[in-house]
Amino acid sequence: MQLFTHIGRYFLLMSNVFRRPEKWKLFFKATVQEIDKIGVQSLGIVALLSLFMGAVICIQTAANIDSGWIPLYTIGFTVRQTMILEFAPTIIPVIMAGKVGSNISSEIGTMRISEQIDALDIMGVNSANYLILPKIVGAIFIFPFLIIMAMFLGVTAGALIGVLADLLPLADFETGIQYDFRPYQVVYSLFKTIVFAFIIVSISAYHGYFTRGGALEVGKSSTQAVVYSIVLIMVANLLITQLILT
Amino acid sequence: MIELKEVNKSFGSQHVLHDISIVFETGKVNFIIGRSGSGKSVMTKCIVGLLEVDTGEVLYAGRNFSAMSNRDRKEIRQEIGMLFQGSALFDSLTVEENVKFPLTLFSKMTAKEMTDRVNFCLERVQLEGSNKKFPSEISGGMQKRVGIARAIAMNPKYLFCDEPNSGLDPQTSIVIDTLIKEITYEFNMTTVVVSHDMNSVVEAGDRINFVNEGSIWWKGDKQEILRSSNQELNDFVYASEFMRVVKDNIK
Ligand SMILES: Nc1ncnc2c1ncn2[C@@H]1O[C@H](COP(=O)(O)OP(=O)(O)OP(=O)(O)O)[C@@H](O)[C@H]1O
Ligand SMILES: [Mg+2]
Repeated sequence: MQLFTHIGRYFLLMSNVFRRPEKWKLFFKATVQEIDKIGVQSLGIVALLSLFMGAVICIQTAANIDSGWIPLYTIGFTVRQTMILEFAPTIIPVIMAGKVGSNISSEIGTMRISEQIDALDIMGVNSANYLILPKIVGAIFIFPFLIIMAMFLGVTAGALIGVLADLLPLADFETGIQYDFRPYQVVYSLFKTIVFAFIIVSISAYHGYFTRGGALEVGKSSTQAVVYSIVLIMVANLLITQLILT
Repeated sequence: MIELKEVNKSFGSQHVLHDISIVFETGKVNFIIGRSGSGKSVMTKCIVGLLEVDTGEVLYAGRNFSAMSNRDRKEIRQEIGMLFQGSALFDSLTVEENVKFPLTLFSKMTAKEMTDRVNFCLERVQLEGSNKKFPSEISGGMQKRVGIARAIAMNPKYLFCDEPNSGLDPQTSIVIDTLIKEITYEFNMTTVVVSHDMNSVVEAGDRINFVNEGSIWWKGDKQEILRSSNQELNDFVYASEFMRVVKDNIK
C-alpha cells in the first residue's frame, strides 16, 4: 500500500516538475550551476575510478587467460567491452548516486524543513519545477560526457598497465580494442546513462521534497535517496539490457 | 479584507479546525493567538493555500481563493507576503538577492528599478549595509527583518507573520512588532499575525482572535482582552506571573 502512495506522489511531483519555467533566463542560469555541481565537480572521482578499474580489469583478464589458446588481444577486447557496456554507464552512475543523490536530497530536504519551499509556493512559484527541473536537465546533459570520459580513461589505463607491466604488446591491445567494435553499443550505454541520470536526480529530489520533520529526517531522506536510486538503477539496467541487447 | 466562512479542516480522524468564521480587516494588525496545538498554523496555511480546506471558503476581497485552481490563485498569491517562523530565507542567496527574488520572477521592473526597490525595502527595515551578506552570516533578528523586507518587496496587500517573535529577545521583539505595525498602517495592508506572545499582542494587536481547540473562542481588541471574563482566554492571557501582576494593576 505504502509503495503505491509513493509511486502516486512521485508521478504527481514529476507532473509539476515538467512545466514551463517561470523565467527562462533563471532556468538556464540554474541549469548551468547544476551542470557544474553535478558534473564538473565529479570529474576527479570519475577519472580516478575509471583509471584504476581499467587497469585492474586488464591485469585480471591477463591473469586469467594465460592458457595459450586464447589470443592476447582478448585482454584489450575485454577491457573495452567492460568499460563501455557496464563499468562506465552503470557503475559510475551508482557512485554518482552516492555523491550527487545524497547531496540533492539533503539540499531540497533542508529547504523543505526550513520552510523555504513553502516560501516559494506562497510567492506563486512552482517550487517543484523551479528546484528540480534544472537538476534533471543538468544531469541528463552532463552524464554522457562523464561516461564517455570514463570509457576513454578506462581503456587508456588498461593499455598503459598492459604495456608497463609487460602483459601484452601495445599492438595486441590495439587489435583487441578494435576487434568487433559495434558503435551501437556505445549508443546503448549512453542511453542507459541518461535513464540513470534521471533516476538519480528525480528519486533523490522526491525524497528531499517530501521530507517532514527536522535535521534527523533530512539525513534519513538522503540515505533513502541513495538506496532507492541504486536499487532502481539496477532494475532499470536489467530491463534495458534485456530489451536492447537481446 | 480576508474573510473565512465556516472553514473546516481534518487530518484523518483528527478534526483540527471547526467551522472557523472570521474577518481580517484592512489596515489593521489582526492577531491569531492560542495555545500550542490549537490549530493556528493549520489555519494560516489554509488561508494562504499551503493546505486545502475540507469545507468552507476563504475570500480575499470577495474573491473565493479556496475554490480557485492553482493557476487562478497566482494573481492573489502575488498580493500576499509572508514572514515565516524561521524566516525561511533562501540560504544560497545574499540578503539583497533574497529581497530581489520575487521581483526578478514576477515584476516587469528594470534592473535599476529592482535595485531601488530592494534598497527601499532594506532601508525600511533598517538593514542598509548588509546587502551582500548571506543569511547564515546575520543574526536571527536581522533574518526576520530581511524576511519582512522580502515579504513587502512586491508591495503586498496581505501580510502574514507566523510567530514573528519566536527566538528573539524582548527588545528585538518590540522592534519587529513595531515594524509590522508601522508598515501595516503605512501601506494599508491586511496583516495577520500568529503568536502566543502576549507582549506582541499588547504591542501591536488591533484585532485579536483567540483560538481554542480549533474554534474561534473569543474576539476583541487589546483593551477588551485584558478585561475579559472568558475562562479559557484568561487562562491563556494570565498564564505567566508577569501578566498576573499586570492584571492586578489594571484592577
Ligand atoms: N500536516 C499535518 N498532518 C497531520 N496533522 C497535523 C498537520 N499539521 C498539523 N497537524 C495537527 O494539527 C494540530 C494543530 O497544529 P498547529 O500546527 O496548527 O498548532 P499551532 O496552534 O500552530 O501550535 P504552535 O503554537 O505550537 O505552533 C496539531 O494537533 C497537529 O498535530
Ligand atoms: Mg504553529
